[in-house]
Amino acid sequence: MELIYGHPKSLKPIQTKYCPGCGHGVIHRLICEVIDELGVQERSIITNPVGCSIWADLYFDFDSVQPPHGRTPAAATGVKRVHPDHLVICYQGDGDLAAIGTAEIIHAANRGEKFTTIFVNNAIYGMTGGQMAPTTLIGQKATTAPYGRDADEAGMGYPIQVCEMLATLGGTKYLARGSVNNAANVRKTKQYIKKAFEAQLRGEGFTMVEILSPCPTNWGMQPCEGQEWLEANMIPFYKLGEIKNLLGGAEGGK
Amino acid sequence: MTEKTFMAGFGGQGIISLGQLWVYCGMKEGKEVTFFPFYGAEKRGGVARASVIVSDHEIASPLVTSPDSAVVMNMDSLPLCEEVLKEGGTLLINSSLVKVDTKRKDAKVIKIPCNEIAEEIGDVKIANMVMMGALSKATGAVALDKLEAILKSFFPENKHKFIPMNMKAIEAGRAAVK
Amino acid sequence: MAEEKRLMKGNEAIAEAAIRAGCTAYFGYPITPQNELTAYMAKHMLDHKRTFIQAESEVAAINMVYGAAAAGARSMTSSSSPGMSLKQEGISYCCGADLPCVLVNVARSGPGLGGISPGQADYFQSTRGGGHGDYFHLVLAPKSVQEAAELTYEAFDLADKWRMPVMILADGLIGQMMEGVNLPAQRDLATLPKKPWAAGGQAKDHRPINHVTSINLVPAELEASVKARFKRYDEIKAQEVRYEEVNIDKAELVLVGYGTGARVALGALEMAKKLGIEVGLLRPVTLWPFPEKRVAELAAKGKKFLAVEMSMGQMVEDVKLAAAGKAEVNFYGRCGGMIPTEEEVLAEIRRLLKK
Repeated sequence: MELIYGHPKSLKPIQTKYCPGCGHGVIHRLICEVIDELGVQERSIITNPVGCSIWADLYFDFDSVQPPHGRTPAAATGVKRVHPDHLVICYQGDGDLAAIGTAEIIHAANRGEKFTTIFVNNAIYGMTGGQMAPTTLIGQKATTAPYGRDADEAGMGYPIQVCEMLATLGGTKYLARGSVNNAANVRKTKQYIKKAFEAQLRGEGFTMVEILSPCPTNWGMQPCEGQEWLEANMIPFYKLGEIKNLLGGAEGGK
Repeated sequence: MTEKTFMAGFGGQGIISLGQLWVYCGMKEGKEVTFFPFYGAEKRGGVARASVIVSDHEIASPLVTSPDSAVVMNMDSLPLCEEVLKEGGTLLINSSLVKVDTKRKDAKVIKIPCNEIAEEIGDVKIANMVMMGALSKATGAVALDKLEAILKSFFPENKHKFIPMNMKAIEAGRAAVK
Repeated sequence: MAEEKRLMKGNEAIAEAAIRAGCTAYFGYPITPQNELTAYMAKHMLDHKRTFIQAESEVAAINMVYGAAAAGARSMTSSSSPGMSLKQEGISYCCGADLPCVLVNVARSGPGLGGISPGQADYFQSTRGGGHGDYFHLVLAPKSVQEAAELTYEAFDLADKWRMPVMILADGLIGQMMEGVNLPAQRDLATLPKKPWAAGGQAKDHRPINHVTSINLVPAELEASVKARFKRYDEIKAQEVRYEEVNIDKAELVLVGYGTGARVALGALEMAKKLGIEVGLLRPVTLWPFPEKRVAELAAKGKKFLAVEMSMGQMVEDVKLAAAGKAEVNFYGRCGGMIPTEEEVLAEIRRLLKK
């Protein structure tokens, strides 16, 4: 009998510690489904960020390396240079990637490091309890922006569109933005991840999939409201789709 | 035998190459050597300085604070060398560019018109090699007697065509010390 | 035929020795006075088809080392004092994740941007675990270009043996000066120690998965792992302490110095001898672990000490701790890029001995 759906082999069969309505679990699963489809479980290495997904090594059933906050792309660089034939996944949140680790992601991307960054953007700091992130929307409340993010008057700056920023760099070959707020977007996001991983295994250059992901706990909402809030507020600002595609072959945008 | 030498000149006179080649020859002659350049933030210009030591024994401090000999390649370097030279030390002066007499009456002074000698041989740039010959003769610390083979291993292949001229300069410098 | 002795800068000799030791991944960022090291690696690592990256910062460089070491490579970074401060976060993580790697500090003078002239004011930072948390790592202090090459070569073996970073603490003088050096033999990469704990290569033997991490949020477990590491530190203290002694027996006063400071102290010792004054020299080669037992023995024998440093007095505290009040411990130092002279140290010796 053909198995048409099941638990991914490379994802451990345990319940995650993530909050109800959190996107990390879905994203973990997508990554593992693609790894299984590509048959590379035993040559995959993930570098975990500091943030809620520091727990990723409890769930992924393959090797992991856990570097300091924001330095994930630098560590992933070291790992990938030593194991160029492995699938190296640099998993980062918005604080890790777009605040404390801005220099590391820009330069890894610009060098065209041949790993894939999975950038989980939930517009808030999760693990530390709801502080303003570089991707927090204008007007969005956070414990460190109690009256809402005010770019000018309060000098809190503007939300950073990471894909668009990295698209200007010569080393980036594939940058896509997906979302896990509904089934259709989940499916599309999986396609982006697969494209990025395949490109990495072909050695094409820097690839990244940004994924808009709900954090209802720190947004102060019920899980279902979180999905709606993401759709209504994040997607209009963080446009979904392939932001840059210079991949070769049939999948490519060249 | 331990010969500590302080070398000074303006950037571009080849002080660093002089110091390096001096200790390289010393090393090839079986001596213990150290070469320490003064390093600054600027890349060109200013006074270039090097401390070099050649010895039959293990060298203690690589710093040359009270040199047995000092090489003065230009005017600006004279006061620097006068200040540090040990009592009764040897002062080797490039008389092409240093026209005044030293205040150090205790010093053994050797004046070599390095620039003129170098120009006669063919290039003012090898004035530093003239001085090296003089230093060898004056101190005896490095014999420079198997020079050709040593220069061949010091310089990369594409510079080998300059070796005869360098050797001539070193010989002329040695001959200029009476 | 044996290789001929080469005239090299300390920076270049360290780089070449690292390559010969089997360093396959180097990451650096420009800073004076260690630039020749990075430039040498840039050329020769690529010639050997190994990894060289000029990182965007010292912070990135140490974390590239973290990644490469986690992936099982012999990995190295080098810098100078302000850059080493930036690397401390990563060094703490390397220690917390038990990652072997080699760190080179061609120290200058601080604090802050300070100056680019040689200094020994990073002793505390290097020997006390310069980042956050309870940890130590080996620190080796070369006194010459020859020893810089030898200790760098050996540092890779020690790092693998003890699964920890090993630091070469040199200074601008060691890095910039040229001396003759006999280089160690080129290691065959196939013979380097296997690292079954590292990430990657699981397909070869289908082993259980590996996590390279320093995190543990269960206090009792974290305490146990830190204590286990400290047991290893005790073994290192028992096995790896190294020092050199000169003229200790006859001496009433023992000079203590490392690296360049020890060279100056040796010069002063020789000058004193010519005046009929016998002093000794104790030169720690390992700064961590410090030769505390030997200092204690000498203190018990009634020797006095004079620590000579290019700082306001840092190693002298280890001498005092080891002497434990049983001996007089004196200090002479210069800072800011000034190097004590043999004459100055001799004057201090004569003042202390009233000779």
